Amino acid sequence: MPIQHAETIIDNLNGSRPATVHVANLHFRYPDGTLALNGVSLQVAHGEKVALVGPNGAGKSTLMLHLNGLLQGEGNVEVGGLSLTKEHLPLIRGKVGMVFQNPDDQLFSPTVFDDVAFGPLHMGLPEEEVRKRVQNALAHVGMSDAASRLSHHLSIGQKKRVAIATVLSMDAEILALDEPSAGLDPRARRSLIGLLRELPLTMLVSTHDMMMVRELFARTIVMDGGRVVADGDTATILADQALLEAHGLELMV
Amino acid sequence: MSTGSTFDRYQHGDSAIHRLDPRVKVVITLLFIVSNVILPDGAWPAFAAAWGVLILASALARLAPAFLLRRSFLALPFALAAVTVLFTQPGQPLWSLRLPGSTLAISDAGLVRFASILARSWLSVQMAILLTATTQFPDLMHALRHLRVPGVIVAIIGFMYRYLFVLADEAGRLLRARAARSAGTARGSGGGRLVWRARVAGAMVGQLFVRSFERSERVYNAMVARGYRGHLLTMSPHVITQRDRLALALALIVLAFIQVAGHSL
Ligand SMILES: Nc1ncnc2c1ncn2[C@@H]1O[C@H](COP(=O)(O)OP(=O)(O)O)[C@@H](O)[C@H]1O
Ligand SMILES: [Mg+2]
Repeated sequence: MPIQHAETIIDNLNGSRPATVHVANLHFRYPDGTLALNGVSLQVAHGEKVALVGPNGAGKSTLMLHLNGLLQGEGNVEVGGLSLTKEHLPLIRGKVGMVFQNPDDQLFSPTVFDDVAFGPLHMGLPEEEVRKRVQNALAHVGMSDAASRLSHHLSIGQKKRVAIATVLSMDAEILALDEPSAGLDPRARRSLIGLLRELPLTMLVSTHDMMMVRELFARTIVMDGGRVVADGDTATILADQALLEAHGLELMV
Repeated sequence: MSTGSTFDRYQHGDSAIHRLDPRVKVVITLLFIVSNVILPDGAWPAFAAAWGVLILASALARLAPAFLLRRSFLALPFALAAVTVLFTQPGQPLWSLRLPGSTLAISDAGLVRFASILARSWLSVQMAILLTATTQFPDLMHALRHLRVPGVIVAIIGFMYRYLFVLADEAGRLLRARAARSAGTARGSGGGRLVWRARVAGAMVGQLFVRSFERSERVYNAMVARGYRGHLLTMSPHVITQRDRLALALALIVLAFIQVAGHSL
């Protein structure tokens, strides 16, 4: 199986459903000079769940930060047909739910309720609506009883669930999850996988958890050195031993 | 969480005091402290009455009898800053210490003043402990917000509270890493030589600072990603009830009595 490059893939994938995430030739350099993205192109269709894999430093997190304009590199990023301009930012930030790798970064409020309410509140929704959304979001992730709890009293698995609820409450259409299963014990990991399977949203999920990739995602994108080095069918990519080895990925069976 | 209870002063409960509106509790606490401050020196019956109020409130909150007392000793060292009044008040000398060149004398007025300062701060600290023991921290913050404390200050306190736990965990990890590496470095003195330990401690503080700084950037990102544009918004989940108004009125009456007693007896 030859390595497929993003440019050749775009046309193949785009036939059926409209792309909701559209990244073309994206370059980004951190202020210290590190070239983190070196010409990334990819598309994600509406409702698609895509895994983003690659070694540490490949640029996965940097790419995710571009999806709602937290970083802005050179190239083109469009979300739901909107380009990332200043006027569109609030809208796009409502559409793309970013869940950061460390839930302690995501959960910055004292209580679970405050954190899940933060997004809708800052979108300017009235309090009644905010309350309703918090309830719904917590119900979705199975944390309805936790609303009044203090974030620092939660287990890491519970924190991850609440972190996802903080973007569900914004009615996000696209979930961008950065290494969601990292640091979870087997049971918490299992229940997270169940949750991600149930959520009917478009997802781009960066991960090192190849077992989860195989179980959950039909499509996988491999990044290395700030570029997309492969993009396609998960089964095909996971079967390509040479590709996996070349990019430091291991499927432990 | 390992550090979950290290800083938590809140004692879970469902007493009448727990259920009071946090704004009312904050106001009563402040009034109680002000009342202590303006009681004249040596107004012992009034101080005793204030203590009685505290004991009653702590019983109403179903705290263990010695709870306030035990925690209040934490603050006593700070009251020692007032020892100088022992020597600086004019009055009958009770006891004197001859030093080369001068004499240190404790006067009766100085003693009364010192004991009064001690009583004031000790009562006030106990009241503050009662407040934090019966009010969840987030509720306290909401109360401050509604009492017109500037939003930025409340937000900073909130972040401090939230990340104190994270920071403590991080410090704990660094300490464990040091302990793991310091076993058997120096002959005899387990845990490494003092200089080495000091150097490691210095490096650790630096580490913590850098990590906190990086974290602040990530947290800011997380806030911006969820629509933060420079103004923190909060909701107002508290409603003042008839009971809250009653409690406030009762507190005012009791404090007025204490003041009258303090100034006339
Ligand atoms: N804040 C930053 N400042 C400078 N360089 C960074 C920063 N964050 C990441 N990098 C660098 O950018 C590259 C891509 O990092 P990242 O996107 O975090 O990769 P991944 O998430 O795939 O592990 C790496 O070389 C990393 O060292
Ligand atoms: Mg990363």
